[in-house]
Amino acid sequence: MAGQEQQHPQSRDSQVDEDIPEAPPAPPEAQASASTEGVDDLLDEIDGVLESNAEEFVRAFVQKGGQ
Amino acid sequence: MTAASEPAGGGALPAGGAMRVMGAETEYGIHAPSAPSANATMMSARVVQAYAQVTRQRAAGGAETRWDYTDEEPLHDARGWTVDRATAHPSQLTDQPPVLDAEAVALAYGREELELDGQDESGTLLMNMVLGNGARLYVDHAHPEYSSPEVTNPRDAVKWDAAGDLVALATVRRLAADPDLPPVNLYKNNTDNKSVSYGSHENYLMPRSVPFGDIVRGLTPFFVTRQILCGTGRVGIGQDSSTPGYQISQRADFFEAEVGLETTIRRPIINTRDEPHATADKYRRLHVIIGDANLSQVSNYLKFGTTAMVLSLIEAGLAPKVEVHEPVAALQAVSHDTSLTAPLRLTDGRRVTALDLQWMYHEAAAKLAQDTGVGDALDGDGHTHAVLEHWATVLTQLDNDRKAAASSVEWLAKLSLLEGYRERDGLEWNDARMGLVDLQWADIRPEKGLYYRLLARNRMQRILEDAAIASAVSEPPSDTRAFFRGKCISSFGKDVVGASWDSVIFDVPGYGRLQRVPTREPLRGTKALTGALFERYREAGPFLAELLGHIAPPAA
Repeated sequence: MAGQEQQHPQSRDSQVDEDIPEAPPAPPEAQASASTEGVDDLLDEIDGVLESNAEEFVRAFVQKGGQ
Repeated sequence: MTAASEPAGGGALPAGGAMRVMGAETEYGIHAPSAPSANATMMSARVVQAYAQVTRQRAAGGAETRWDYTDEEPLHDARGWTVDRATAHPSQLTDQPPVLDAEAVALAYGREELELDGQDESGTLLMNMVLGNGARLYVDHAHPEYSSPEVTNPRDAVKWDAAGDLVALATVRRLAADPDLPPVNLYKNNTDNKSVSYGSHENYLMPRSVPFGDIVRGLTPFFVTRQILCGTGRVGIGQDSSTPGYQISQRADFFEAEVGLETTIRRPIINTRDEPHATADKYRRLHVIIGDANLSQVSNYLKFGTTAMVLSLIEAGLAPKVEVHEPVAALQAVSHDTSLTAPLRLTDGRRVTALDLQWMYHEAAAKLAQDTGVGDALDGDGHTHAVLEHWATVLTQLDNDRKAAASSVEWLAKLSLLEGYRERDGLEWNDARMGLVDLQWADIRPEKGLYYRLLARNRMQRILEDAAIASAVSEPPSDTRAFFRGKCISSFGKDVVGASWDSVIFDVPGYGRLQRVPTREPLRGTKALTGALFERYREAGPFLAELLGHIAPPAA
């Protein structure tokens, strides 16, 4: 799903500039929190995505040094 | 080779806010589950090779442009000296082309491995590409690295950094489709949790006139605490993760010094590498090595946006006058405190939290933005207002609504997922599945990467539409020299024999010598200044003739 081009979530009241207009309420947040239900549903989905042998997979992920 | 004059023009950006020339570098973790002992440098070269194959399908030429190392100076220290090559750590010599030639490969890995790998015509494995979007894709040590093109604002920094994740994804798909090679996974993370870390660096252009000591004083307290906005979270405490638990930053435990030149050993909070990749007496390129590689767009946006604003504060002499006692220990204390309540000792005796320090910086940045006008919602620079709003929103949520913050702050998003597992399955922090969730969070494949699973469910906020990120895979930013570089590659790739941040080198029929076009001014070579030129010519010869001011190309 496409997201918002530029979000302007509401900050706590501006302490320094009373002239800054009220930012619009944050639709993307509302959208995000509306779908925060169903944690079990989410975990079920992720169960199906996780690599099968956790211990072996994590152990084998060995990197050479980098910056 | 002749040095031509630069593409003309290029004004300054509005000062005092979040606009500034900047860019991102991401080293990806690389792993072939079916061939766990495969050589990492070799696999990384296959990644670059794979992208050359992908882009060759999409556009002829330009896929194999050599890097021009002429102006690389990794041993120049911003404090005013140069490290002797003989005493430098080998990993610091980043100005030498990391070429694996056929001989070396055969010696190290045997002929068989060599024959499995595609080689270019000159018999060397491809280790470097300059891309049509102005980025660089190359092998850095034992990791594939994508260095984004230069951009002018934090929103574009997120856009072209995220485009790099799509570049990486294209290489994973290509290798997965090759029956002769093991599939390769790429992870946008910063540690293997077994004592090795690899970086994601940020670069910011600054006037050279700013004293380096001011940068160190102004940035250190900010960098100690910035992770609460943009840390990506890590399962395990300590470089080798030997202490069970969860911490905010992937990188914090790997930092051991306050200031220094190194990036691979004794990592410093403030890195002093002084390679401007631009006119050296005017600019310095501040090389920031302390950040985590972000998938969360809001965290990434805040990482670039807030840092750019703090640099504006430092330039104006208005950074908060605070000094954190023992900053390296404080950096780790902040990372290990997911409650965000640990007191940090300042040298003036005050005790403050990481949130307090961030609010101090926000307040100073908001005041400067107001005084300079760049922060105005309508008449400002178009970026600073949004950064200040996001910054304040996230700090407020971190204080009183962590559930809301989890839709934008990456370490909290990952933590909420891990807490879900702990509650449902009663897992301890040292359970292998906790480590797997941490690792797989950063898998860049949308079907496997857990960040992407949350994004698909709208549990993560976006800064950009998917289509905008997708377009940045092939399109360069319009408002920096990256436009010129990218367009040279996409329009005249077959005639470009080398490129770097500050040059493009042509080998054009009709010219007896190579033509090196310097691009030392980051705000020149823009679409406004060179777009029409690219539209006028299909061939590099006449293009160069006009660019270089020749009346006509020299006769062949």
